Amino acid sequence: MEFFKIKKDIPFMRYALVFNVISAVTFVLAVFFLISKGLNFGVDFTGGTVMEVSYTQPANVPQIRDALTKLGFPDAAVQNFGTARDVLIRLPLKKDTSSANLSETVITSLRQTDPAVELRRVEFVGPQIGSELVENGALALLFVSIGIVLYLWFRFEWKFGIAAIIANLHDIVIILGCFALFQWDFSLPVLAAVLAILGYSVNESVVVFDRVRENFRKLRKSNTIQIIDNAITRTISRTIITHGSTQMAVLAMLFFGGEALHYFALALTIGILFGIYSSVLVASPIVMWLGVSREDLMPSKKDTIEDGRP
Amino acid sequence: MNKYPLWKYLLILVIVVIGFVYALPNIYGEYPAVQISPTRTTKVDQALLARVEGKLKQSNIAYTAAALDEQGARIRFVDTETQIHARDLIQNEVGDKYVVALNLLPATPAWLAVVNARPMYLGLDLRGGVHFLMQVDTAAVLKKAEENYTDDMRRILREKKVQYLTVNRLERGGIEIRFRDKAEREKGLEVVRKELLDLEFSEIERSGDFVISAQMKPTSVTEKNRFALEQNITSLQNRVNELGVAEPIIQQQGQDRIVVQLPGVQDTAKAKEILGRTATLEIMMVDEEHDLAGALSGQIPAGSKLYKMRDGRPILLKNRLIYSGDNIIDSAPGFDSQSSTPIVSITLDARGAAINQRVTGENVGKRMAVNYVEIKSDTKLDEQGRPVLDANGRPVRVTRRVEEVITAPVIRSQLGKRFQIEGLDSVQEANELSLLLRAGAFAAPVEIIEERTVGPSLGADNIAKGFQSIWVGFAAIALFMIVYYVVFGFISVAALAVNVVLLVALLSMLQATLTLPGMAAIALTVGMAIDANVLINERIREELRNGNTPQASIYAGYERAFGTIFDSNVTTLIAGLALFLFGSGAVRGFAVVLCLGIMTSMFSAVMVSRAMANLLYGGRRKLEKISIGNTAWKETSLAQG
Repeated sequence: MEFFKIKKDIPFMRYALVFNVISAVTFVLAVFFLISKGLNFGVDFTGGTVMEVSYTQPANVPQIRDALTKLGFPDAAVQNFGTARDVLIRLPLKKDTSSANLSETVITSLRQTDPAVELRRVEFVGPQIGSELVENGALALLFVSIGIVLYLWFRFEWKFGIAAIIANLHDIVIILGCFALFQWDFSLPVLAAVLAILGYSVNESVVVFDRVRENFRKLRKSNTIQIIDNAITRTISRTIITHGSTQMAVLAMLFFGGEALHYFALALTIGILFGIYSSVLVASPIVMWLGVSREDLMPSKKDTIEDGRP
Repeated sequence: MNKYPLWKYLLILVIVVIGFVYALPNIYGEYPAVQISPTRTTKVDQALLARVEGKLKQSNIAYTAAALDEQGARIRFVDTETQIHARDLIQNEVGDKYVVALNLLPATPAWLAVVNARPMYLGLDLRGGVHFLMQVDTAAVLKKAEENYTDDMRRILREKKVQYLTVNRLERGGIEIRFRDKAEREKGLEVVRKELLDLEFSEIERSGDFVISAQMKPTSVTEKNRFALEQNITSLQNRVNELGVAEPIIQQQGQDRIVVQLPGVQDTAKAKEILGRTATLEIMMVDEEHDLAGALSGQIPAGSKLYKMRDGRPILLKNRLIYSGDNIIDSAPGFDSQSSTPIVSITLDARGAAINQRVTGENVGKRMAVNYVEIKSDTKLDEQGRPVLDANGRPVRVTRRVEEVITAPVIRSQLGKRFQIEGLDSVQEANELSLLLRAGAFAAPVEIIEERTVGPSLGADNIAKGFQSIWVGFAAIALFMIVYYVVFGFISVAALAVNVVLLVALLSMLQATLTLPGMAAIALTVGMAIDANVLINERIREELRNGNTPQASIYAGYERAFGTIFDSNVTTLIAGLALFLFGSGAVRGFAVVLCLGIMTSMFSAVMVSRAMANLLYGGRRKLEKISIGNTAWKETSLAQG
């Protein structure tokens, strides 16, 4: 079986401007949502308490809200979690309460209305932990970005490093934009997913760039545009198949992994979908705009390496 | 062309077999057990085990095995119900000198245990339990140390007959001694310098004042902090022992933090209560010269203070602290033989005993009060619930004293090294109080700054869901690969299966902790690892299309694939590394599995699948056709070579 019987090179670069405009618009929209709505940071970053409780029959959410208001938490967020019987309660940090014992107070009060309620999970994050996590997350993002640029610079040339990181940061910003737009819970696992995408998504760019370099060396008569078109056309089948495989694994996680992995898998899904697009149709045009030329990639000394790259 | 030497086949086979053996323990699950561990003063031996077994037989409780090991004794049961029933029985039998805890032990068969093959350790989010991160209030440690030095200085100066004006601890840290003139200051500096080696002294000239300023040396500051942390860890260990936890983890993290993990603990309220408390006793005299009623109406005499008894009644105590919980070296709950009410008997250190003897000797017939003090430390928050930071950007802490007078008995006779506290409500209270005292007053207040608790049912759910994600993802990819690449697809799927097995084996060998994000990373690895095989298969197809022979195509497809795969995985490794360096807890678990998964996939996608392709096709002289899906079409390219 075969999906891709591409007889001729697809003239991707002819439409480069269109793709770049689409990207730019999406990117600006994502940034707009990030600024206007902001990320809905989870308890990991903001500090506070999250409790997951489970009832034997469908939970009475308004009643739980009342109980919490009586306890002095009018600003508690109460919502169903996965099923009608499971409820997620989020309590913000509060002045002058020993937060560590908060969950006991809450569950005791909930037991008064229904003794069968089960406390499935508590996460309490103190204020200083939250700020540390934000700091570490930002550092990790920086570390990965710089690492990737340096690696690609070392492997190819600075233009490729810049192009790849722009394409990938564009993916990241779009993921974050989605999380801001829909106000999905941005937790620590989601940040991990974002960083994993940052590393994973570069793979495709590397494979295309590899082909571009190979073509520059092999196809002496072609111009830059033809070379890039040919490189993308040759690699598009494996790009789509490999991303498709990863996407299958991630979708399995999204559908079967339960609530705990939901947003993690969601972030990966968005990242992979945009990863296909950006590594092919964002990174390459940027390399083109940056004015990559044969001289950039000609080996300085006699280079007999024949890459076995697809 | 497509042949490995025999040693290479054998090497791959050996690696795969080892992988299977070490991955195997993970499928046997666990069985319920009761673990009896010794405390510092006792040990678990054959005699004790025999006694426990006898008791179980006598009560008709079925157990499947009982054995001794380094950690103590372990007794296996068929189900959790019997296990819980047996735990209570055993606890009664051996008393509270031993830690009796419920545990789930891996049901690894003996032949695997011989080669030291053990299952992965399940993280708290998969087995249920409590994780606490505690912050030790080091500022309080230093303050206390400086207060002690202040007392020492006064004593030294008095003993050496040096005239001084004042000795004060400054609010911002440091101690100042003021003298009347230069000569006295010279003398004073000489004596304190000789005695107090942990301090640095400097002379300060201020108009009309002769001052010595003292600061703790940086080395002694770190020493003090380290000591406080160690003492806290020790007392936490003692407290956890009382909770009866099978495999607790108590570790230092960073400069001033302690991680406590209690797998399988259900009663988090009790755990928090016991771990989070800093308690001490203050022994003071009751002020009987003054009128309580007068004090209540606001006429509090100088040198005394109003306190509350446990039952809410007010009581007037003299401010002078006779001695404190620091002087207590041991305490035990018990029963008073005459009144058969619960008591706590207390043993004092030499200094405490000397003071106790003197004070009680002088005050027979008067009342002495035992004041129970709990120090709770919280982070100060502003109106919006954000932490208030000090000048150095560290959160400001507020300590609160919660006090109540436990008892104020009349001193009937002179007391010494040992005495008992009466007036407790219940046996349980006696147990708790003595535990808190025995565990020692914490050297520094601690605050729980992070808690993650997972109930057992959620843990089981998480395992099931994580496993299902991996399984479904694998099945979907396998189906696609076999349909799309036929025989080569089958080879790829076999390689992918080997990859998962090797990854699990590696994690088991390292005794890594498997968490839910770790399981997610395995699922993600399954998706990403197939990348290498797709790369190889597509390349083989391309070679075939270009009219090469099947053997040459296979060769070209695999040749240098490792370099390519390595290349496209380096960036993911960079990301994994960053997650490992900057992440904590669950994220770190994700990172470890991600990085290891990339490494195992490099081996299995290239070597293992190549070996299979070689075995299948490599030996054939006249290979006309290989099964890798349809490749019978030609491409034309715009780009001219």
